[in-house]
Amino acid sequence: MSAVIENHHDDHHHGPDKGLMRWVLTTNHKDIGTLYLWFSFAMFLTGGCMALVIRAELFQPGLQLVVPEFFNQMTTMHGLIMVFGAVMPAFVGLANWLVPMMIGAPDMALPRMNNYSFWILPFAFSMLLSTLFMEGGAPNFGWTFYAPLSTEYAPPSVTFFIFAVHLMGISSIMGSINVVVTILNLRAPGMRLMDMPLFVWTWLITAYLLIAVMPVLAGVVTMMLMDIHFGTAFFSAGGGGDPVLFQHVFWFFGHPEVYIMILPAFGIVSAIIPTFARKKLFGYDSMVYATASIAFLSFIVWAHHMFTVGMPIAGELYFMYATMLIAVPTGVKVFNWAATMWQGSMTFETPMLFAVAFVILFTIGGLSGLMLSIVPADFQYHDTYFVVAHFHYVLVPGSIFSIMAAAYYWLPKWTGNMYDETLGKTHFWLSFVGVNVTFFPQHFIGLAGMPRRYPDYALQFADWNMVSSVGAFIFGFSQLLFLFIVIKCIMGGKKATDEVWDGAEGLEWTIASPAPYHTFSTPPELPERAMA
Amino acid sequence: MARKESKVGEGQRLKTSLQWLIAVAALSSSWQALADWSALNMTKGVTAISREVYDLHMLIFTICVVIGVLVFGVMIWSMLVHRKSLGHKPATFSHSTKLEYAWTIIPIFILIGMAVPATSTLRDMYDASGADIDIEVRGYQWKWQYTYLSDDPTQEVKFISSLLTPPDEYYNRTPKREHYLADVDNPLVIPINKRVRFLVTSNDVIHSWWVPDFAVKKDAIPGFVHEAWAVVEEPGIYRGKCTELCGKDHGFMPIVVKAVEQAEYESWLAMKQQEALQVYETVGKTWTMAELMETGEQVYTQACQSCHQANGQGIPPAFPSLVGQGLAIGPIDAHIDIVVNGKAGSAMQAFAAQLNPAEIAAVVTYERNAWGNNVGDLVQPRAVNALISSEE
Repeated sequence: MSAVIENHHDDHHHGPDKGLMRWVLTTNHKDIGTLYLWFSFAMFLTGGCMALVIRAELFQPGLQLVVPEFFNQMTTMHGLIMVFGAVMPAFVGLANWLVPMMIGAPDMALPRMNNYSFWILPFAFSMLLSTLFMEGGAPNFGWTFYAPLSTEYAPPSVTFFIFAVHLMGISSIMGSINVVVTILNLRAPGMRLMDMPLFVWTWLITAYLLIAVMPVLAGVVTMMLMDIHFGTAFFSAGGGGDPVLFQHVFWFFGHPEVYIMILPAFGIVSAIIPTFARKKLFGYDSMVYATASIAFLSFIVWAHHMFTVGMPIAGELYFMYATMLIAVPTGVKVFNWAATMWQGSMTFETPMLFAVAFVILFTIGGLSGLMLSIVPADFQYHDTYFVVAHFHYVLVPGSIFSIMAAAYYWLPKWTGNMYDETLGKTHFWLSFVGVNVTFFPQHFIGLAGMPRRYPDYALQFADWNMVSSVGAFIFGFSQLLFLFIVIKCIMGGKKATDEVWDGAEGLEWTIASPAPYHTFSTPPELPERAMA
Repeated sequence: MARKESKVGEGQRLKTSLQWLIAVAALSSSWQALADWSALNMTKGVTAISREVYDLHMLIFTICVVIGVLVFGVMIWSMLVHRKSLGHKPATFSHSTKLEYAWTIIPIFILIGMAVPATSTLRDMYDASGADIDIEVRGYQWKWQYTYLSDDPTQEVKFISSLLTPPDEYYNRTPKREHYLADVDNPLVIPINKRVRFLVTSNDVIHSWWVPDFAVKKDAIPGFVHEAWAVVEEPGIYRGKCTELCGKDHGFMPIVVKAVEQAEYESWLAMKQQEALQVYETVGKTWTMAELMETGEQVYTQACQSCHQANGQGIPPAFPSLVGQGLAIGPIDAHIDIVVNGKAGSAMQAFAAQLNPAEIAAVVTYERNAWGNNVGDLVQPRAVNALISSEE
């Protein structure tokens, strides 16, 4: 092992290039992973600022800061940027950094395509953000862009939105193909599929989901484009089309999409909890099967987002039962994490804090999801703040917390320095309090009857909206601390050992810290764990 | 020794965390006492169905809370006890087939326990037997139109219901009164203890008609007519909202349903039918400029202002200005035509379905002679009526 690495310390020809062109032309999986992660963080702050505009407006009843037209642009852009700009690229960045190191591969299988799939993104998002400055404003029809609001009634900038979505889709598909090809072809000799770390497994499954549904998204926006510019009427009732068709096609993409944003998180947490519990992950096999079941189920439950569109009762019942089934594999995962912690020898460094908070808060989001699957009750929940609370619980303390856990967990490996533990814990507790103060009251607001995407509200919702806004500002500004911690860690700090964490297992902990520019140019011999 | 000390320390810490927990619980319960329960939970509503839905909600909520308490309880116990700082040694187990079967199979039974009452409630909601009254609910950007359907078209009652709260209140220029953003000019009136069927559709984008007290939420989709129904048991005023994003004033198109005794309903309906007849009469008479301008301003405020704004300047490019440009100072026939028939591919609606000929004549006249548009001409209701009839 160590012989491999030492060889590379001497090999100056394969070090990074100097200057800006290093980042533009790079085909190195670590560089590209870094680019993805920084890009994602920039988008996270951008989308976060939009969320703060929304929460500031909702701090009190009445229109104080923005007009409803702009409020709708903010909700739309916040959703699009967080989903496509923050969460997805962060997971792709983590995959770039970690998948080759975890499977003992020298790089991603298709390095040039890797470069393209990243560099498409800044153009896609520049195009999307530029719509804010266009006449008529940015897209204002929600991130779910239901027709005909997004076609016949859309602002002119919708065409830019459509092309931006196309570009994001191309980037995602290329990125996923790369992940699949890398995992299936470049594993270290002797590493069977069932030996792979769960992060690799969850990403393999996620990549298949992406390849399956991104073309569906591309299809639906292309149909919109045709409706808007080329005289078709796919979604126009006046022309013989069907507005509900839009929702079926969109959610056939949209439901797997939400699992795309959570499966890699499952993989991250499954790596972190065993490390800090100093105990092997409980039920590895069932974790893999549960992930695969969730992925399969994600394709057959889409219309649970559409219980109020007037489906026949048979349709409602089918989608309710199928959706409830998802609770089973998801439950298996949560029970496995709890069982991994049980009888462990736990310490609570920042990654573990984020991981444990993930399990608890994601489960709260999962339970409210189960409530939402019950059709008659969903008629009362649908499109209220109860839904907003639900999906933010699975996305913010779910996906985002897992990404932060991952950043803290692997940062010493990436930079060679330990992050500041005290600041890390401060960041965790501020985020934890902020997230709950923001989103927990939204359950109440929703049950009491406040619909989502409202720029202003009746007086009975005032108290909890104010609480929620305060929480949002706490959470938002805490992320600047995260930025500071990461920069501080890159600049210096206590040197990290190669193992970094005393309970950590996996090939990435066998290489030096910081990870050399090239790793595993010759395949590693597998440690015992992987051969077991 | 050191070990023992740390144990004592841990015990102390455990105690402090318990105290914290109790403090948080006490704080949250005092919050509950302070806060109105209706600000925290779903309404029970006023129909048999809405109570069924509420019970179902409370059942699944309780099950979820119990599951949460058990799972989080195990995790929190483990986090407090199985710590390295307490010297806890890690166990080595990583599988238990029995346990894994148990937590796969037991949840399935819990789910069945939830699915059974859910299915029966849903079947009750989908009961499609006949109705005593049929009301068409039509969504517009950004108001609702209610039509009391009748086999005899002359008996049909049709009106627009839109937000009563003036912009001064939501722009914080005047204090917000009771029922802020929750009051309308013309509420929907229905009799109690009658099966009222709502036929929900839309004229432009998708809206959703939600009255929480009836547990009725149906999307209003152009090209579709969906049905929902309610038997309201208590007289009262029930407030609802649009729940599908429908454009800029999505948050400003509330629903108000007034449930009354049968006798009161009948006299209200008769009054509305009388009003409709009077409208037919006003169409025939010749209106003065002053009458048209006065009515026109009212109609403009109710039907046009949310897009074209009180000062007529609009919000270009989506909502063009009417001041000193375009049709408002151009040929009058084209002006009438766009108000009557709308403009395809834009937010401009066909107002022939919403306004009567006198109102259309008045608002066209108003637009041509307000904000410094001194075209000076006017249109009589009968001319508008003739245009609409000829098109039909």
